[in-house]
Amino acid sequence: MNNWIIMPAVLPAFTAAFLLLTLRHRLVAQRIVSIVATALGLLVAVGLAVQASDGVPQAYRLGDWPAPFGIVLVLDRLSATLLVLTGVLALCVVLYAAAGWDRRGQHFHTLLQFQLLGINGAFLTGDVFNLFVFFEVMLIASYGLMLHGGGAARLKAGFHYVAINLIASALFLIGVGLIYAVTGTLNMADLAMKVPEVAPADQGLLKAGALLLFLVFATKAALVPLHWWLPATYAATSAPAAAIFMIMTKVGAYAILRVYGLVFGAEAGALALVAAPFVLPAAVATLLLGTVGVVGSRSLRSLSAFAIVASMGTLLIALGLFDQAGVSAALYYIVHSSLAGAALFLLAGLVLEGRGTMGDRLLPGPAMRGEVLVGGLFLLCAVAMVGLPPLSGFLGKVMILEAVRSSASWPWLWALILGTSLALTLGFVRAGAVLFWASGPAGEGPRRRLAPLPLTAIVLLLALTGAWTGAAGPAMVWMEGTARQALDRAAYVEAVLGPTNHRSAGRGE
Amino acid sequence: MEILVASAIGLMTATGLFLILQGRSFPVIVGLTFLSYAVNAFLFAMGRLTVDLPPIITPGAAYTDPLPQALVLTAIVISFGMTALIVVLGLRGFLETGSDRTDLSLADAAEEHVPAPEGEDAGRERGGAARA
Repeated sequence: MNNWIIMPAVLPAFTAAFLLLTLRHRLVAQRIVSIVATALGLLVAVGLAVQASDGVPQAYRLGDWPAPFGIVLVLDRLSATLLVLTGVLALCVVLYAAAGWDRRGQHFHTLLQFQLLGINGAFLTGDVFNLFVFFEVMLIASYGLMLHGGGAARLKAGFHYVAINLIASALFLIGVGLIYAVTGTLNMADLAMKVPEVAPADQGLLKAGALLLFLVFATKAALVPLHWWLPATYAATSAPAAAIFMIMTKVGAYAILRVYGLVFGAEAGALALVAAPFVLPAAVATLLLGTVGVVGSRSLRSLSAFAIVASMGTLLIALGLFDQAGVSAALYYIVHSSLAGAALFLLAGLVLEGRGTMGDRLLPGPAMRGEVLVGGLFLLCAVAMVGLPPLSGFLGKVMILEAVRSSASWPWLWALILGTSLALTLGFVRAGAVLFWASGPAGEGPRRRLAPLPLTAIVLLLALTGAWTGAAGPAMVWMEGTARQALDRAAYVEAVLGPTNHRSAGRGE
Repeated sequence: MEILVASAIGLMTATGLFLILQGRSFPVIVGLTFLSYAVNAFLFAMGRLTVDLPPIITPGAAYTDPLPQALVLTAIVISFGMTALIVVLGLRGFLETGSDRTDLSLADAAEEHVPAPEGEDAGRERGGAARA
């Protein structure tokens, strides 16, 4: 058994406990430990991705209990890819926060490490109830991060955010309960085997459970009409917290792919692709609504949040096809939109700081310091988010357009994706013109100097989106293999339950 | 017994949902608590309802499914912690803004009450008016 598989969960857990117990009041030491631990986590994730590249999923049995009875963590190319992405984002966010954001409240680095524990665990686990637990770990940490820095608006938005996630957690438990009541198991591989064999009388209950779970994942992924929490939360929180939350919407997309591509996938008998009829219409509505939000936003952070909603719509259009071309295009786009979205939010943080009392509202104000540099970075962020060449959003959208050709309604989807891209461009152009072109002479009073670390983090993220275009060939080959593996039920089941006869695999080794 | 348990869960869920849809943070919190009670009872019943049976497998003897009990324990701990958090959050929100309304549009509120000290006073007045 490969013990490295549990490292992405153990490392942040121990780092967080260490920070909390020994370095509570020493911020500089906290920063160093946090940066080093996050970098180590990235290295571990890269190592795991190398191990996963042979295309055979590996299972890690916690406590060495045999598979359907104990909890398993499963490493495959999909989870490894997302672990690496989480590591990259976390490193950029820690660098950004180390320039002073972490001083505005307590325990920023501790909370960030706990959040990484939850996110990494959610990507690795092979058990539906364990997925719930890691979701909760991730959410508890995100409540703390979301409120980091305090303020009345943030508290009010935080109350909404916590309440919505508590309701989603309740739905999650009801769904899990229904699935357990019908199948008697919560192990994903075991479920994948048992779902096709459920008696017709129980299929209705199981379908209800599966669709309740879909509601929960759709809430996390901000699918319309369950997206309303996202713009309010992301626009009210601090820049580094919003940037790391970028990966949390992707956890929702990942869970949809894992549960509805594998457990309730094409081979699930009467319940095959049970969520697929809902994903595409919801994704289309999400893309439309996100675009309208971008065009109508009155502040840069709210514009960024709606741009994220739109990008979730785009990627779920491809993911909702649940075929290899769609999933691989969606995975390429997930990496791109996480990097670009994080860069945009970090940049919005700089703008918010630099414009003083004007904040990030889209009204002409006095010029901020380093306007040319920040404006240039905004241009690059906008190019990435909208999907213009040369950054990776362009190739991501091209791949998604290619992938939807297999759908019967592809002309409509093409018109929608291209039309919304144009509208998004207009929204970003308007914001950039107001913020950076229409600005008056520099106002009086002391202005903040641009710190080097935040700029480094933003430039790093944008450079990575550029590199993601440059590496599009190998990346696409990797993502095609990942998509094939993610939809391959037999290999996953064999990795978790052992190479027994698949019909009786439920009893383990 | 099934009818009793099922209707109790249904009643608690309905109460919870009704309270969550209220416009003040206190009913919302009570509603969330009701909802989590309902979910816990539901999860417990998913192992089938049995009376007077141990959750231990002994050869030849009947037993009740232990797994839902373990799941419920986890769910109780998590929902308890979350409820504590949201109580603190609601309280802090009330103390900082002077109002426990949950339907404040944040972006609009931020734009309407730009200076923080004034906003605080206005909040106190609003809170007073709301209480009166």
